[in-house]
Amino acid sequence: MPAPPAPGPDRMRPPVDEPGAMPAPAGEWAIETQGLTKAYRGGRLAVDGLDLAVPRGSVFGFLGPNGCGKTTTIRMLMGLIEPTADRARVLGQPMPAAGRRVLPRVGALIEGPALYGFLSGRDNLRRFDAADPAADPRTREARVGRALERVGLAAAAGKKARAYSLGMKQRLGLAAALLQPRELLVLDEPTNGLDPQGMREIRALVRELAADGTTVFLSSHLLDEIEQVCTHAAVMARGRLLTQGTVADLSATVLGPHGHAGLTVITPDTAEAARVLKECGVTGVEITDDRVTGELPPPDAPLGGAEDGAPREIAELNAALVHAGVRVRGFGTARPSLEDVFVALTGEGFDVAG
Amino acid sequence: MSQAEAVARTPRPLWSLGLLRSEIAMTFRRWRTLALLAVLAGVPVLVGVAVRIETGDGGPGGGGGGGGEGGPAFLSQVTHHGLFLVFASLAVTLPFFLPMSVGVIAGDSLAGEAHGGTLRYLLVAPAGRTRLLLVKYATTLTFCLVSTLIVALSALATGALLFPLGEVTLLSGTSVSFGEGLLRALAIAVAVAVSLAGVAAIGLFVSTLTTSGIAAMATTVGLLITVQILDSLPQLHALQPYLFPHYWLSFADLLRDPVYWDQLEKNLGLQALYAVVFGSAAWARFTTRDITA
Repeated sequence: MPAPPAPGPDRMRPPVDEPGAMPAPAGEWAIETQGLTKAYRGGRLAVDGLDLAVPRGSVFGFLGPNGCGKTTTIRMLMGLIEPTADRARVLGQPMPAAGRRVLPRVGALIEGPALYGFLSGRDNLRRFDAADPAADPRTREARVGRALERVGLAAAAGKKARAYSLGMKQRLGLAAALLQPRELLVLDEPTNGLDPQGMREIRALVRELAADGTTVFLSSHLLDEIEQVCTHAAVMARGRLLTQGTVADLSATVLGPHGHAGLTVITPDTAEAARVLKECGVTGVEITDDRVTGELPPPDAPLGGAEDGAPREIAELNAALVHAGVRVRGFGTARPSLEDVFVALTGEGFDVAG
Repeated sequence: MSQAEAVARTPRPLWSLGLLRSEIAMTFRRWRTLALLAVLAGVPVLVGVAVRIETGDGGPGGGGGGGGEGGPAFLSQVTHHGLFLVFASLAVTLPFFLPMSVGVIAGDSLAGEAHGGTLRYLLVAPAGRTRLLLVKYATTLTFCLVSTLIVALSALATGALLFPLGEVTLLSGTSVSFGEGLLRALAIAVAVAVSLAGVAAIGLFVSTLTTSGIAAMATTVGLLITVQILDSLPQLHALQPYLFPHYWLSFADLLRDPVYWDQLEKNLGLQALYAVVFGSAAWARFTTRDITA
């Protein structure tokens, strides 16, 4: 379905589908929603006015505690659930209306793999491929074989799927998403059930796919994982979108004034070190055993007292310590992690939303 | 794996057939389907052997050709002609065994996929909800035909082994050649398969209501039994022409010369009505349902 070239300058947010309008240009968003809402029976809002914008070519991390509406959102994007209000656009086309055209270009792993236990791994893939209207049966065998190899399942392809471990099922689910060249991959918890080696392989696969130009929309509860592979991220809690942006920007904008980097000094002279650090403007100084920890002031604030030409660089803190005769055995700073961003936003950590 | 490649693909016009083939192959490879078919194939053998043992001591058979024993239809004629075992077996299995197995297949068709979660992957493939529904119904109808033919073939083989063959005396008294008798048996098998279309549609509809395959199967079979009971209560005489099993035994009219078409046509119309009504209900439900399993 080749789209006509985008008319005029790129807009930040293309308008949501107008009835009777020409099919919208593919545009810069792989996924775009405005005010996407889903109310279940009884009026409870599972997803509440979601404005999501996933740039093409990004690896987009979708974060949120269990039960916050992530999966409902993904199901709406894939046309499995009808939104209560407003529409979503996937690859520039309205969903679920254009599902027949959009979905063959999307590979999806939704809420874990689901397989026919009585079929072999290979037959499972044949079955899902037969359900795709755009799949050519003449190339099926080759594509199935390639997908199996890609996820490292070629050797176990003849085994019945019910004999697979969770990790193998997960790989087979991924293989189903990779049966065709895709423009967008929606992966819900793709490393669930995998061992560390398997997780690494999946991460490498995601990077490889992203390098080919595939947009990857990745939901995960492993913040670490999102931080490692994603270029962009969004955080959702209690059905609402709290923030979205590039991973680098997220920590800067969200943590903002609270986004102090942590400082740790290892020394036997803890009392003296704590005194020097406090003088230099480090806050929240604490001593535990041979460790002095504190929070660096925001980058734009001057380090140290204003009147006496205080050190302006973190390295100078170290120099100040050494100058005061503190035997510094270790000195390190830690950037705020995505986990800090998450906790700052949701204030609840990773508990299940009520 | 580049975007350019991905854009170039367009839906193929005949892919629905590919999905249907995949569905039929999968259904008939399942252990459960094979077990159902094995049970159905066993019924004629059981009936044939029972009749044979009972009449094996050179007795005159089940009391003459009048069929006055009160047992299932055609049973008394079986000793005279093996082909009648086909009719007797279909008459024995049609009230319960056949519709029950159709209920199992139809009830599990969508609910089973929903239960296993594979439904969501079929739909994002994207199989298309209307197409998937049609494919499921077509597969169930295929099962109706195959299961009926299996009963008929098993009965034919058993009948040929245990009883004499030859010219067939029809219910109206005329004799026809064995070849024509076979043709009529085939027509009867098709008529019986068509009789199951209504149950298949009901099962499909029930299957769209739940995500539990077992619940859907049990509901369908329960409905079947209820309707069978209603159909036998004389007080409900006015209602009975609208119950789907009411004209089921009309297939016997194919054994008359000339054939009485009246009841056969009514049966066909009734099954079509059930297929349309419950098919539409299934469609309305399935195309608007939120797939959360």
